[in-house]
Amino acid sequence: MRAPAREGSATGLGKRLARVGVSGRGLVVALPYLWLVLFFVAPFVIVLKISFSDVDLAIPPYKPLLQWAANHTLDVRLNFNNYAFLFTDALYVDALLNSLKVALVSTGLCLLLGYPMAYGIARSAPRTRNLLLLLVMLPFWTSLLLRVYAWIGLLKANGVINNVLMSLGVIHEPLAMLYTPFAMYVGIVYSYLPFMILPLYANLEKMDWQLLEAAEDLGCRPWQAFYKITLPLSRNGILAGSMLVFIPAVGEYVIPALLGGPNALMIGRVLWDEFFANRAWPTASAVAILLLVLLVPFMMWYQNVQARESASEP
Amino acid sequence: MNARRSFFVLTALAFGFAFLYLPILSMVVFSFNASKLVTVWDAANSPTLKWYRALLDNEEILGAAWISLKVGVINACGAVILGTLAGFGLARFRRFRGRFTLSAMTTAPLVMPEVITGLSLLLLFVALEQAIGWPAGRGVTTMTIAHMTFSMAYVTVVVQSRLSSFDISLEEAAMDLGAPPVKVFFVITLPIIFPAILAGWLLAFTLSWDDLVISSFTSGPASSTLPMVVFSKVRLGVSPEINVLATLTITVVTTMIVGASLWMARLEKAASGAPET
Repeated sequence: MRAPAREGSATGLGKRLARVGVSGRGLVVALPYLWLVLFFVAPFVIVLKISFSDVDLAIPPYKPLLQWAANHTLDVRLNFNNYAFLFTDALYVDALLNSLKVALVSTGLCLLLGYPMAYGIARSAPRTRNLLLLLVMLPFWTSLLLRVYAWIGLLKANGVINNVLMSLGVIHEPLAMLYTPFAMYVGIVYSYLPFMILPLYANLEKMDWQLLEAAEDLGCRPWQAFYKITLPLSRNGILAGSMLVFIPAVGEYVIPALLGGPNALMIGRVLWDEFFANRAWPTASAVAILLLVLLVPFMMWYQNVQARESASEP
Repeated sequence: MNARRSFFVLTALAFGFAFLYLPILSMVVFSFNASKLVTVWDAANSPTLKWYRALLDNEEILGAAWISLKVGVINACGAVILGTLAGFGLARFRRFRGRFTLSAMTTAPLVMPEVITGLSLLLLFVALEQAIGWPAGRGVTTMTIAHMTFSMAYVTVVVQSRLSSFDISLEEAAMDLGAPPVKVFFVITLPIIFPAILAGWLLAFTLSWDDLVISSFTSGPASSTLPMVVFSKVRLGVSPEINVLATLTITVVTTMIVGASLWMARLEKAASGAPET
Protein backbone atom coordinates (compact mmCIF):
# COMPACT_ATOMS: atom_id res chain seq x y z
CA MET A 1 0.00 0.00 0.00
CA ARG A 2 3.03 2.28 0.15
CA ALA A 3 3.19 2.93 -3.53
CA PRO A 4 -0.20 4.65 -3.88
CA ALA A 5 0.54 6.80 -0.84
CA ARG A 6 3.77 7.96 -2.42
CA GLU A 7 1.95 8.67 -5.62
CA GLY A 8 -0.50 10.73 -3.63
CA SER A 9 2.23 12.93 -2.18
CA ALA A 10 3.83 13.34 -5.60
CA THR A 11 0.62 14.46 -7.23
CA GLY A 12 -0.05 16.65 -4.20
CA LEU A 13 3.09 18.60 -5.01
CA GLY A 14 2.12 18.50 -8.65
CA LYS A 15 -1.29 19.98 -7.82
CA ARG A 16 0.21 22.75 -5.78
CA LEU A 17 2.57 23.60 -8.64
CA ALA A 18 -0.26 23.31 -11.13
CA ARG A 19 -2.24 25.89 -9.15
CA VAL A 20 0.50 28.46 -9.84
CA GLY A 21 0.50 27.42 -13.49
CA VAL A 22 3.58 25.19 -13.43
CA SER A 23 3.50 21.53 -14.41
CA GLY A 24 6.30 19.00 -14.15
CA ARG A 25 6.44 18.82 -17.90
CA GLY A 26 6.60 22.57 -18.14
CA LEU A 27 9.58 22.68 -15.79
CA VAL A 28 11.50 20.14 -17.87
CA VAL A 29 11.05 22.07 -21.08
CA ALA A 30 11.23 25.57 -19.57
CA LEU A 31 14.98 25.67 -18.96
CA PRO A 32 16.17 24.84 -22.51
CA TYR A 33 13.29 26.88 -23.89
CA LEU A 34 14.19 30.03 -21.97
CA TRP A 35 17.88 29.54 -22.73
CA LEU A 36 17.23 29.39 -26.46
CA VAL A 37 14.83 32.32 -26.42
CA LEU A 38 17.40 34.43 -24.58
CA PHE A 39 20.55 33.36 -26.41
CA PHE A 40 19.30 32.29 -29.80
CA VAL A 41 16.15 34.26 -30.67
CA ALA A 42 16.66 37.52 -28.77
CA PRO A 43 20.06 38.14 -30.42
CA PHE A 44 18.39 38.25 -33.82
CA VAL A 45 16.03 40.96 -32.61
CA ILE A 46 19.07 42.98 -31.57
CA VAL A 47 20.80 42.35 -34.90
CA LEU A 48 17.65 43.56 -36.63
CA LYS A 49 17.60 46.65 -34.43
CA ILE A 50 21.22 47.53 -35.04
CA SER A 51 20.86 46.97 -38.78
CA PHE A 52 18.55 50.00 -38.75
CA SER A 53 20.89 52.29 -36.82
CA ASP A 54 23.64 54.67 -37.93
CA VAL A 55 27.34 53.96 -37.82
CA ASP A 56 28.95 55.96 -35.04
CA LEU A 57 32.53 56.52 -33.96
CA ALA A 58 31.79 55.41 -30.42
CA ILE A 59 31.94 52.25 -28.36
CA PRO A 60 29.84 50.32 -29.34
CA PRO A 61 30.05 51.81 -32.85
CA TYR A 62 26.39 52.54 -33.56
CA LYS A 63 23.83 55.18 -32.61
CA PRO A 64 20.90 54.26 -30.42
CA LEU A 65 17.65 53.61 -32.23
CA LEU A 66 15.36 54.86 -29.48
CA GLN A 67 16.00 58.16 -27.79
CA TRP A 68 14.05 60.26 -25.33
CA ALA A 69 13.77 63.64 -27.02
CA ALA A 70 13.71 66.87 -25.01
CA ASN A 71 9.92 67.03 -24.97
CA HIS A 72 9.60 63.54 -23.41
CA THR A 73 8.51 61.85 -26.59
CA LEU A 74 10.12 58.69 -27.75
CA ASP A 75 12.17 59.44 -30.81
CA VAL A 76 12.57 56.45 -33.08
CA ARG A 77 15.23 56.68 -35.75
CA LEU A 78 14.78 53.93 -38.26
CA ASN A 79 16.91 54.17 -41.27
CA PHE A 80 17.12 51.89 -44.20
CA ASN A 81 20.42 53.37 -45.38
CA ASN A 82 22.36 50.26 -44.46
CA TYR A 83 20.11 48.11 -46.61
CA ALA A 84 20.05 50.64 -49.44
CA PHE A 85 23.84 50.68 -49.26
CA LEU A 86 24.00 46.90 -49.63
CA PHE A 87 22.12 47.10 -52.89
CA THR A 88 23.96 50.11 -54.33
CA ASP A 89 27.44 48.71 -53.79
CA ALA A 90 27.96 45.82 -56.20
CA LEU A 91 30.30 44.12 -53.70
CA TYR A 92 27.48 42.81 -51.51
CA VAL A 93 25.16 41.56 -54.22
CA ASP A 94 28.10 39.92 -56.02
CA ALA A 95 29.27 38.27 -52.82
CA LEU A 96 25.78 36.99 -52.10
CA LEU A 97 25.28 35.59 -55.59
CA ASN A 98 28.73 34.06 -55.59
CA SER A 99 28.11 32.43 -52.19
CA LEU A 100 24.87 30.91 -53.46
CA LYS A 101 26.65 29.59 -56.53
CA VAL A 102 29.57 28.15 -54.55
CA ALA A 103 27.21 26.52 -52.03
CA LEU A 104 25.02 25.07 -54.77
CA VAL A 105 27.92 23.61 -56.76
CA SER A 106 29.52 22.24 -53.58
CA THR A 107 26.23 20.61 -52.57
CA GLY A 108 25.99 19.00 -56.00
CA LEU A 109 29.56 17.70 -55.79
CA CYS A 110 28.99 16.37 -52.24
CA LEU A 111 25.88 14.58 -53.46
CA LEU A 112 27.69 13.06 -56.46
CA LEU A 113 30.45 11.69 -54.26
CA GLY A 114 28.44 11.11 -51.09
CA TYR A 115 25.49 9.21 -52.57
CA PRO A 116 27.48 6.25 -53.94
CA MET A 117 29.46 6.18 -50.71
CA ALA A 118 26.34 6.12 -48.52
CA TYR A 119 24.85 3.50 -50.82
CA GLY A 120 27.97 1.37 -50.63
CA ILE A 121 28.02 1.60 -46.84
CA ALA A 122 24.32 0.76 -46.52
CA ARG A 123 24.80 -2.34 -48.68
CA SER A 124 27.85 -3.69 -46.86
CA ALA A 125 27.83 -6.53 -44.36
CA PRO A 126 26.92 -5.21 -40.87
CA ARG A 127 30.47 -5.53 -39.55
CA THR A 128 32.07 -3.60 -42.43
CA ARG A 129 29.23 -1.13 -42.27
CA ASN A 130 30.04 -0.05 -38.72
CA LEU A 131 33.71 0.31 -39.55
CA LEU A 132 32.99 2.41 -42.65
CA LEU A 133 30.57 4.61 -40.70
CA LEU A 134 33.24 5.15 -38.09
CA LEU A 135 35.63 6.19 -40.85
CA VAL A 136 33.10 8.73 -42.15
CA MET A 137 32.55 10.18 -38.67
CA LEU A 138 36.19 10.41 -37.59
CA PRO A 139 37.10 13.46 -39.71
CA PHE A 140 33.90 15.13 -38.49
CA TRP A 141 35.27 14.88 -34.94
CA THR A 142 38.64 16.33 -35.93
CA SER A 143 39.03 20.08 -36.12
CA LEU A 144 37.74 21.58 -39.36
CA LEU A 145 40.42 24.24 -39.17
CA LEU A 146 43.21 21.65 -39.05
CA ARG A 147 41.72 19.63 -41.90
CA VAL A 148 41.43 22.73 -44.06
CA TYR A 149 44.99 23.60 -43.11
CA ALA A 150 46.09 20.19 -44.42
CA TRP A 151 44.96 21.24 -47.90
CA ILE A 152 47.26 24.26 -47.84
CA GLY A 153 50.19 21.87 -47.49
CA LEU A 154 48.85 19.70 -50.32
CA LEU A 155 47.92 22.44 -52.80
CA LYS A 156 50.76 24.96 -52.32
CA ALA A 157 53.16 25.73 -55.20
CA ASN A 158 55.84 23.66 -53.45
CA GLY A 159 53.20 21.48 -51.81
CA VAL A 160 52.82 17.72 -51.78
CA ILE A 161 50.70 17.37 -54.93
CA ASN A 162 52.97 19.54 -57.06
CA ASN A 163 56.09 17.84 -55.72
CA VAL A 164 54.72 14.39 -56.52
CA LEU A 165 53.53 15.38 -60.01
CA MET A 166 56.86 17.04 -60.80
CA SER A 167 58.95 14.14 -59.59
CA LEU A 168 56.82 11.82 -61.73
CA GLY A 169 57.45 14.10 -64.69
CA VAL A 170 53.73 14.73 -65.31
CA ILE A 171 54.22 18.49 -65.07
CA HIS A 172 57.35 20.61 -65.35
CA GLU A 173 56.33 23.63 -63.37
CA PRO A 174 54.04 23.77 -60.35
CA LEU A 175 50.31 24.18 -60.94
CA ALA A 176 48.73 27.19 -59.26
CA MET A 177 46.05 25.51 -57.15
CA LEU A 178 46.05 27.23 -53.77
CA TYR A 179 44.12 30.52 -53.60
CA THR A 180 41.92 29.59 -56.57
CA PRO A 181 38.19 28.73 -56.73
CA PHE A 182 39.29 25.11 -57.25
CA ALA A 183 40.98 25.03 -53.83
CA MET A 184 37.89 26.52 -52.23
CA TYR A 185 35.59 23.90 -53.78
CA VAL A 186 37.93 21.11 -52.71
CA GLY A 187 37.95 22.50 -49.16
CA ILE A 188 34.18 22.85 -48.92
CA VAL A 189 33.39 19.43 -50.41
CA TYR A 190 36.03 17.84 -48.19
CA SER A 191 34.72 19.48 -45.03
CA TYR A 192 31.02 18.95 -45.64
CA LEU A 193 31.10 15.45 -47.16
CA PRO A 194 30.31 13.65 -43.85
CA PHE A 195 27.22 15.89 -43.42
CA MET A 196 25.97 14.59 -46.76
CA ILE A 197 26.82 10.92 -46.20
CA LEU A 198 25.34 10.50 -42.70
CA PRO A 199 21.69 11.50 -43.38
CA LEU A 200 21.81 9.67 -46.72
CA TYR A 201 23.06 6.55 -44.99
CA ALA A 202 20.41 6.83 -42.25
CA ASN A 203 17.80 6.95 -44.98
CA LEU A 204 19.21 4.20 -47.23
CA GLU A 205 19.70 1.91 -44.23
CA LYS A 206 15.91 1.65 -43.87
CA MET A 207 15.45 0.78 -47.55
CA ASP A 208 13.77 -2.50 -48.44
CA TRP A 209 16.26 -3.92 -50.93
CA GLN A 210 13.81 -6.65 -51.97
CA LEU A 211 12.05 -3.97 -53.99
CA LEU A 212 15.15 -3.70 -56.17
CA GLU A 213 15.37 -7.46 -56.57
CA ALA A 214 11.72 -7.60 -57.53
CA ALA A 215 12.21 -4.87 -60.11
CA GLU A 216 15.19 -6.68 -61.58
CA ASP A 217 13.30 -9.97 -61.62
CA LEU A 218 10.62 -8.20 -63.61
CA GLY A 219 13.20 -7.15 -66.18
CA CYS A 220 14.33 -3.77 -64.92
CA ARG A 221 17.98 -2.93 -65.58
CA PRO A 222 20.01 -2.03 -62.48
CA TRP A 223 20.29 1.66 -63.43
CA GLN A 224 16.62 1.81 -64.26
CA ALA A 225 15.70 0.19 -60.95
CA PHE A 226 17.96 2.67 -59.14
CA TYR A 227 16.41 5.62 -60.94
CA LYS A 228 12.82 4.42 -60.44
CA ILE A 229 12.99 2.97 -56.94
CA THR A 230 16.06 3.80 -54.86
CA LEU A 231 16.33 7.44 -55.87
CA PRO A 232 12.68 8.44 -55.19
CA LEU A 233 12.64 6.48 -51.91
CA SER A 234 15.78 8.23 -50.68
CA ARG A 235 14.38 11.67 -51.46
CA ASN A 236 14.25 12.75 -47.80
CA GLY A 237 17.84 11.68 -47.25
CA ILE A 238 18.98 13.63 -50.30
CA LEU A 239 17.11 16.72 -49.17
CA ALA A 240 18.35 16.53 -45.57
CA GLY A 241 21.96 16.00 -46.63
CA SER A 242 21.79 18.79 -49.19
CA MET A 243 20.38 21.26 -46.67
CA LEU A 244 23.05 20.33 -44.13
CA VAL A 245 25.68 21.19 -46.73
CA PHE A 246 24.04 24.08 -48.56
CA ILE A 247 22.85 26.30 -45.68
CA PRO A 248 26.11 26.52 -43.69
CA ALA A 249 28.20 26.62 -46.89
CA VAL A 250 26.47 29.84 -48.01
CA GLY A 251 27.81 31.61 -44.91
CA GLU A 252 31.15 29.81 -44.78
CA TYR A 253 34.08 31.94 -43.64
CA VAL A 254 37.10 29.78 -42.73
CA ILE A 255 37.46 27.83 -45.99
CA PRO A 256 37.34 30.80 -48.41
CA ALA A 257 39.61 32.77 -46.08
CA LEU A 258 42.27 30.06 -45.97
CA LEU A 259 42.05 28.43 -49.40
CA GLY A 260 40.24 30.88 -51.66
CA GLY A 261 42.73 33.71 -51.66
CA PRO A 262 41.91 37.41 -51.65
CA ASN A 263 39.54 37.20 -54.63
CA ALA A 264 37.21 34.60 -53.16
CA LEU A 265 34.19 36.79 -52.59
CA MET A 266 31.87 35.09 -50.11
CA ILE A 267 29.17 36.77 -48.04
CA GLY A 268 30.41 35.26 -44.76
CA ARG A 269 33.77 36.83 -45.43
CA VAL A 270 32.23 40.21 -46.25
CA LEU A 271 30.31 40.11 -42.96
CA TRP A 272 33.48 39.19 -41.05
CA ASP A 273 35.50 42.02 -42.65
CA GLU A 274 32.75 44.59 -42.12
CA PHE A 275 32.71 43.65 -38.48
CA PHE A 276 36.38 43.08 -37.62
CA ALA A 277 38.24 45.22 -40.16
CA ASN A 278 35.84 48.13 -40.78
CA ARG A 279 34.07 48.06 -37.41
CA ALA A 280 30.86 48.77 -39.33
CA TRP A 281 28.51 46.94 -36.98
CA PRO A 282 25.28 48.22 -38.56
CA THR A 283 26.44 47.17 -42.04
CA ALA A 284 27.50 43.75 -40.74
CA SER A 285 24.07 43.41 -39.07
CA ALA A 286 22.28 44.31 -42.28
CA VAL A 287 24.33 41.67 -44.13
CA ALA A 288 23.42 39.12 -41.44
CA ILE A 289 19.71 39.93 -41.71
CA LEU A 290 19.80 39.73 -45.49
CA LEU A 291 21.54 36.36 -45.34
CA LEU A 292 19.12 35.13 -42.71
CA VAL A 293 16.05 36.14 -44.72
CA LEU A 294 17.50 34.24 -47.64
CA LEU A 295 18.26 31.10 -45.62
CA VAL A 296 15.18 30.84 -43.38
CA PRO A 297 13.02 29.19 -46.09
CA PHE A 298 15.70 26.52 -46.53
CA MET A 299 15.88 25.99 -42.77
CA MET A 300 12.11 25.54 -42.59
CA TRP A 301 12.29 23.12 -45.47
CA TYR A 302 15.00 21.19 -43.63
CA GLN A 303 12.89 21.02 -40.49
CA ASN A 304 9.94 19.73 -42.49
CA VAL A 305 12.07 17.02 -44.05
CA GLN A 306 13.35 16.04 -40.60
CA ALA A 307 9.80 15.85 -39.23
CA ARG A 308 8.68 13.69 -42.16
CA GLU A 309 11.71 11.45 -41.76
CA SER A 310 11.11 10.85 -38.03
CA ALA A 311 7.39 10.30 -38.67
CA SER A 312 8.23 7.55 -41.16
CA GLU A 313 10.18 5.65 -38.51
CA PRO A 314 8.41 2.61 -37.09
CA MET B 1 25.19 -9.05 -50.61
CA ASN B 2 28.67 -7.85 -51.47
CA ALA B 3 28.03 -8.71 -55.09
CA ARG B 4 25.39 -5.98 -54.99
CA ARG B 5 28.06 -3.35 -54.60
CA SER B 6 28.97 -2.67 -58.18
CA PHE B 7 32.39 -1.64 -59.44
CA PHE B 8 31.16 1.95 -59.58
CA VAL B 9 30.09 2.02 -55.94
CA LEU B 10 33.35 0.43 -54.80
CA THR B 11 35.36 2.98 -56.77
CA ALA B 12 33.38 5.82 -55.21
CA LEU B 13 34.00 4.37 -51.74
CA ALA B 14 37.73 4.00 -52.36
CA PHE B 15 38.06 7.47 -53.86
CA GLY B 16 35.91 9.04 -51.15
CA PHE B 17 37.87 7.55 -48.28
CA ALA B 18 41.19 8.40 -49.93
CA PHE B 19 39.90 11.96 -50.31
CA LEU B 20 38.91 12.08 -46.64
CA TYR B 21 42.09 10.53 -45.26
CA LEU B 22 45.05 11.53 -47.48
CA PRO B 23 45.17 15.13 -46.19
CA ILE B 24 45.05 13.88 -42.59
CA LEU B 25 47.77 11.33 -43.33
CA SER B 26 49.98 13.98 -44.93
CA MET B 27 49.82 16.11 -41.77
CA VAL B 28 50.83 13.13 -39.63
CA VAL B 29 53.77 12.28 -41.91
CA PHE B 30 55.05 15.84 -42.16
CA SER B 31 54.84 16.37 -38.41
CA PHE B 32 58.01 14.24 -38.27
CA ASN B 33 59.73 16.26 -40.98
CA ALA B 34 62.89 18.11 -39.92
CA SER B 35 62.68 20.85 -42.55
CA LYS B 36 60.98 24.12 -41.70
CA LEU B 37 59.66 24.11 -45.26
CA VAL B 38 56.89 21.80 -44.03
CA THR B 39 56.07 20.10 -47.32
CA VAL B 40 59.63 19.43 -48.49
CA TRP B 41 60.82 16.19 -46.94
CA ASP B 42 64.27 16.52 -45.38
CA ALA B 43 65.38 12.92 -45.71
CA ALA B 44 68.74 13.43 -43.97
CA ASN B 45 67.35 14.52 -40.60
CA SER B 46 63.87 13.01 -40.56
CA PRO B 47 61.98 11.53 -38.85
CA THR B 48 62.41 13.78 -35.87
CA LEU B 49 60.45 14.81 -32.82
CA LYS B 50 61.86 18.33 -32.79
CA TRP B 51 58.56 20.05 -33.63
CA TYR B 52 56.83 18.07 -30.88
CA ARG B 53 59.31 19.57 -28.44
CA ALA B 54 58.80 23.02 -29.97
CA LEU B 55 55.05 22.71 -29.51
CA LEU B 56 55.39 21.75 -25.87
CA ASP B 57 57.57 24.83 -25.33
CA ASN B 58 55.14 27.16 -27.07
CA GLU B 59 53.54 29.15 -24.25
CA GLU B 60 51.06 30.87 -26.56
CA ILE B 61 49.64 27.58 -27.83
CA LEU B 62 49.60 25.96 -24.39
CA GLY B 63 47.86 28.96 -22.83
CA ALA B 64 45.25 28.97 -25.56
CA ALA B 65 44.76 25.21 -25.17
CA TRP B 66 44.11 25.74 -21.45
CA ILE B 67 41.40 28.33 -22.20
CA SER B 68 39.87 26.02 -24.83
CA LEU B 69 39.86 23.18 -22.32
CA LYS B 70 38.11 25.27 -19.67
CA VAL B 71 35.47 26.55 -22.07
CA GLY B 72 35.04 23.08 -23.58
CA VAL B 73 34.45 21.26 -20.28
CA ILE B 74 32.03 23.80 -18.79
CA ASN B 75 30.25 24.06 -22.13
CA ALA B 76 29.89 20.29 -22.47
CA CYS B 77 28.41 19.89 -18.97
CA GLY B 78 25.94 22.73 -19.48
CA ALA B 79 25.00 21.62 -22.98
CA VAL B 80 24.35 18.08 -21.78
CA ILE B 81 21.91 19.29 -19.11
CA LEU B 82 20.06 21.66 -21.44
CA GLY B 83 20.13 19.26 -24.39
CA THR B 84 18.94 16.26 -22.37
CA LEU B 85 15.99 18.24 -20.99
CA ALA B 86 15.06 19.48 -24.46
CA GLY B 87 15.57 16.07 -26.09
CA PHE B 88 13.53 14.38 -23.36
CA GLY B 89 10.71 16.91 -23.70
CA LEU B 90 10.59 16.60 -27.48
CA ALA B 91 10.71 12.80 -27.47
CA ARG B 92 8.35 12.08 -24.58
CA PHE B 93 5.80 14.90 -24.44
CA ARG B 94 3.69 14.47 -27.55
CA ARG B 95 1.93 17.77 -27.26
CA PHE B 96 2.76 20.91 -25.33
CA ARG B 97 2.57 24.60 -25.95
CA GLY B 98 5.72 25.78 -27.68
CA ARG B 99 6.67 22.33 -28.96
CA PHE B 100 7.04 23.56 -32.51
CA THR B 101 9.09 26.57 -31.40
CA LEU B 102 11.35 24.42 -29.25
CA SER B 103 11.98 21.95 -32.03
CA ALA B 104 12.64 24.80 -34.48
CA MET B 105 15.02 26.47 -32.02
CA THR B 106 16.98 23.24 -31.56
CA THR B 107 17.18 22.50 -35.30
CA ALA B 108 18.16 25.97 -36.51
CA PRO B 109 21.56 26.17 -34.74
CA LEU B 110 22.63 22.98 -36.55
CA VAL B 111 22.53 24.66 -39.93
CA MET B 112 22.85 28.35 -39.04
CA PRO B 113 25.98 29.88 -40.61
CA GLU B 114 28.43 30.54 -37.80
CA VAL B 115 29.07 34.15 -38.75
CA ILE B 116 25.40 34.95 -38.09
CA THR B 117 25.27 33.15 -34.72
CA GLY B 118 28.56 34.75 -33.66
CA LEU B 119 27.61 38.27 -34.63
CA SER B 120 24.15 38.06 -33.06
CA LEU B 121 25.46 36.69 -29.75
CA LEU B 122 28.12 39.37 -29.54
CA LEU B 123 25.55 42.11 -30.14
CA LEU B 124 23.37 40.57 -27.42
CA PHE B 125 26.26 40.58 -24.95
CA VAL B 126 27.07 44.22 -25.78
CA ALA B 127 23.42 45.23 -25.41
CA LEU B 128 23.09 43.33 -22.12
CA GLU B 129 26.21 44.97 -20.77
CA GLN B 130 24.83 48.40 -21.63
CA ALA B 131 21.44 47.62 -20.12
CA ILE B 132 22.22 45.66 -16.94
CA GLY B 133 26.00 45.67 -16.66
CA TRP B 134 26.31 41.94 -17.17
CA PRO B 135 28.36 40.32 -18.68
CA ALA B 136 31.13 42.79 -17.85
CA GLY B 137 33.34 42.61 -20.91
CA ARG B 138 33.84 39.52 -22.98
CA GLY B 139 35.89 36.45 -22.26
CA VAL B 140 35.55 32.89 -21.07
CA THR B 141 31.99 33.41 -19.74
CA THR B 142 30.54 34.87 -22.92
CA MET B 143 32.31 32.27 -25.06
CA THR B 144 30.98 29.45 -22.89
CA ILE B 145 27.42 30.76 -23.15
CA ALA B 146 27.78 31.06 -26.92
CA HIS B 147 29.17 27.55 -27.25
CA MET B 148 26.45 26.06 -25.03
CA THR B 149 23.79 27.60 -27.24
CA PHE B 150 24.87 25.79 -30.40
CA SER B 151 26.21 22.60 -28.86
CA MET B 152 23.04 21.94 -26.84
CA ALA B 153 21.23 21.61 -30.17
CA TYR B 154 23.49 18.69 -31.11
CA VAL B 155 22.97 17.04 -27.71
CA THR B 156 19.20 17.44 -28.16
CA VAL B 157 19.29 15.59 -31.49
CA VAL B 158 21.40 12.75 -30.08
CA VAL B 159 19.29 12.30 -26.93
CA GLN B 160 16.00 12.66 -28.77
CA SER B 161 16.86 10.02 -31.35
CA ARG B 162 18.08 7.63 -28.64
CA LEU B 163 14.84 8.12 -26.68
CA SER B 164 12.58 7.59 -29.66
CA SER B 165 14.34 4.32 -30.47
CA PHE B 166 13.68 2.75 -27.10
CA ASP B 167 10.46 1.40 -25.72
CA ILE B 168 8.40 3.86 -23.67
CA SER B 169 6.61 0.97 -21.92
CA LEU B 170 9.49 0.53 -19.45
CA GLU B 171 8.91 4.03 -18.14
CA GLU B 172 5.15 3.54 -18.19
CA ALA B 173 5.45 0.31 -16.21
CA ALA B 174 7.52 2.04 -13.53
CA MET B 175 4.97 4.85 -13.34
CA ASP B 176 2.08 2.39 -13.12
CA LEU B 177 3.87 0.81 -10.16
CA GLY B 178 3.78 4.17 -8.45
CA ALA B 179 7.21 5.65 -9.08
CA PRO B 180 7.08 9.45 -9.30
CA PRO B 181 8.13 10.83 -12.70
CA VAL B 182 11.39 12.30 -11.36
CA LYS B 183 12.39 8.92 -9.96
CA VAL B 184 11.45 7.16 -13.19
CA PHE B 185 13.70 9.55 -15.05
CA PHE B 186 16.71 8.96 -12.83
CA VAL B 187 16.28 5.21 -12.32
CA ILE B 188 14.95 4.04 -15.71
CA THR B 189 15.42 6.67 -18.39
CA LEU B 190 18.84 8.04 -17.50
CA PRO B 191 20.70 4.70 -17.50
CA ILE B 192 19.14 3.80 -20.85
CA ILE B 193 20.07 7.05 -22.54
CA PHE B 194 23.47 7.23 -20.83
CA PRO B 195 25.43 6.27 -23.98
CA ALA B 196 23.65 9.10 -25.83
CA ILE B 197 24.45 11.53 -23.04
CA LEU B 198 28.10 10.51 -23.10
CA ALA B 199 28.21 10.85 -26.88
CA GLY B 200 26.51 14.23 -26.52
CA TRP B 201 29.08 15.39 -23.97
CA LEU B 202 31.97 14.41 -26.22
CA LEU B 203 30.29 16.01 -29.22
CA ALA B 204 29.64 19.24 -27.31
CA PHE B 205 33.23 19.33 -26.08
CA THR B 206 34.62 18.72 -29.58
CA LEU B 207 32.41 21.38 -31.16
CA SER B 208 33.59 23.90 -28.60
CA TRP B 209 37.25 22.83 -28.82
CA ASP B 210 37.18 23.23 -32.63
CA ASP B 211 35.11 26.38 -32.92
CA LEU B 212 36.80 29.39 -34.49
CA VAL B 213 34.14 31.75 -35.83
CA ILE B 214 31.77 32.01 -32.86
CA SER B 215 34.71 32.21 -30.44
CA SER B 216 36.30 35.04 -32.45
CA PHE B 217 33.12 37.09 -32.14
CA THR B 218 32.44 36.44 -28.46
CA SER B 219 35.92 36.31 -26.92
CA GLY B 220 37.72 39.12 -25.17
CA PRO B 221 41.23 40.49 -25.59
CA ALA B 222 42.94 38.06 -23.20
CA SER B 223 40.98 34.94 -24.01
CA SER B 224 42.19 33.57 -27.35
CA THR B 225 41.26 29.93 -27.80
CA LEU B 226 43.40 27.32 -29.52
CA PRO B 227 41.63 27.58 -32.90
CA MET B 228 42.03 31.37 -32.81
CA VAL B 229 45.80 31.06 -32.29
CA VAL B 230 46.04 28.35 -34.94
CA PHE B 231 44.06 30.46 -37.40
CA SER B 232 46.30 33.49 -36.96
CA LYS B 233 49.39 31.29 -37.44
CA VAL B 234 47.96 29.51 -40.48
CA ARG B 235 47.06 32.79 -42.16
CA LEU B 236 50.75 33.69 -42.09
CA GLY B 237 51.67 30.40 -43.77
CA VAL B 238 52.11 26.75 -42.89
CA SER B 239 53.95 25.97 -39.69
CA PRO B 240 55.42 22.62 -38.64
CA GLU B 241 54.02 23.00 -35.14
CA ILE B 242 50.48 22.98 -36.51
CA ASN B 243 51.17 19.60 -38.13
CA VAL B 244 52.19 18.32 -34.70
CA LEU B 245 49.07 19.77 -33.12
CA ALA B 246 46.94 18.12 -35.80
CA THR B 247 48.65 14.77 -35.28
CA LEU B 248 48.10 14.93 -31.53
CA THR B 249 44.44 15.92 -32.04
CA ILE B 250 43.88 13.06 -34.47
CA THR B 251 45.50 10.56 -32.11
CA VAL B 252 43.34 11.64 -29.17
CA VAL B 253 40.13 11.76 -31.21
CA THR B 254 40.75 8.36 -32.81
CA THR B 255 41.50 6.72 -29.48
CA MET B 256 38.42 8.31 -27.95
CA ILE B 257 36.04 7.42 -30.77
CA VAL B 258 37.28 3.88 -31.23
CA GLY B 259 37.23 3.30 -27.46
CA ALA B 260 33.75 4.77 -27.07
CA SER B 261 32.30 2.80 -29.97
CA LEU B 262 33.79 -0.48 -28.71
CA TRP B 263 32.40 0.25 -25.27
CA MET B 264 28.99 1.17 -26.66
CA ALA B 265 28.90 -1.95 -28.82
CA ARG B 266 29.45 -3.97 -25.65
CA LEU B 267 26.69 -2.07 -23.84
CA GLU B 268 24.33 -2.65 -26.76
CA LYS B 269 25.13 -6.33 -26.74
CA ALA B 270 24.50 -6.53 -22.99
CA ALA B 271 21.25 -4.59 -23.35
CA SER B 272 19.92 -6.68 -26.23
CA GLY B 273 21.04 -9.90 -24.54
CA ALA B 274 19.41 -9.08 -21.21
CA PRO B 275 15.77 -10.04 -21.90
CA GLU B 276 16.78 -13.47 -23.26
CA THR B 277 18.81 -14.56 -20.24
